[in-house]
Amino acid sequence: MARNPKSGRIPKGEDRLSKISITVLSGNREKLQFAAMAASVAAVSGYEVTVFLSMNALPYFLREGAPEPVSEGPFGDLMAEKNLPPFMDLFESAVELGDARIYACSMAMDVMGIKQDALLPCVAEPMGLTKFLSEAEGGQCWSY
Amino acid sequence: MSERKIIDARGTYCPGPLMELIAAMKQAEVGDELEILSTDEGSVNDVPEWINKVGHEMVGTTQEGDVWHIVVRKAK
Repeated sequence: MARNPKSGRIPKGEDRLSKISITVLSGNREKLQFAAMAASVAAVSGYEVTVFLSMNALPYFLREGAPEPVSEGPFGDLMAEKNLPPFMDLFESAVELGDARIYACSMAMDVMGIKQDALLPCVAEPMGLTKFLSEAEGGQCWSY
Repeated sequence: MSERKIIDARGTYCPGPLMELIAAMKQAEVGDELEILSTDEGSVNDVPEWINKVGHEMVGTTQEGDVWHIVVRKAK
């Protein structure tokens, strides 16, 4: 599927379903895993996916000094013992194999005192809420 | 018929087998068959669902012990 060279998006057409915007705010293992599962499967199934990272989720996307995810409950501990696909691999697959873009909340970046070069390459440019609202308009929005 | 490519996704969980299949699908030619080995029972339903949704072709699914062999054909 050819992408729009300017936006990097796949143009609307027979292969294009609706938009799904996913806000990821939590730093716990269960929510990061499920957000990554949802983003990757939606992105490879023809949805236009926008992931918006803020709050406790953003530090996991640091190139250096990213924390270890913390379990919210017993399921998180169980997941840590099993061979699940790592959540970061799923987010990367969402971008590389499907039509997902991952944005970092510009407020969270200001609060952390970081620039884009501190974040992993799968994260696109910083985005403010105003732009996120435009991206999300008319689609579904899921929050983790 | 083109050669069938085997993708060994045993031991991982949803959506690992699907993602490995899709990565291999990108490299494959139209008409190629891909066989994915999975111990994740959910993938037995999820892979055909994805194949139908995006317009590829299911060849068939068989079970040997606790391993499922899901065979698909790249259709476009």
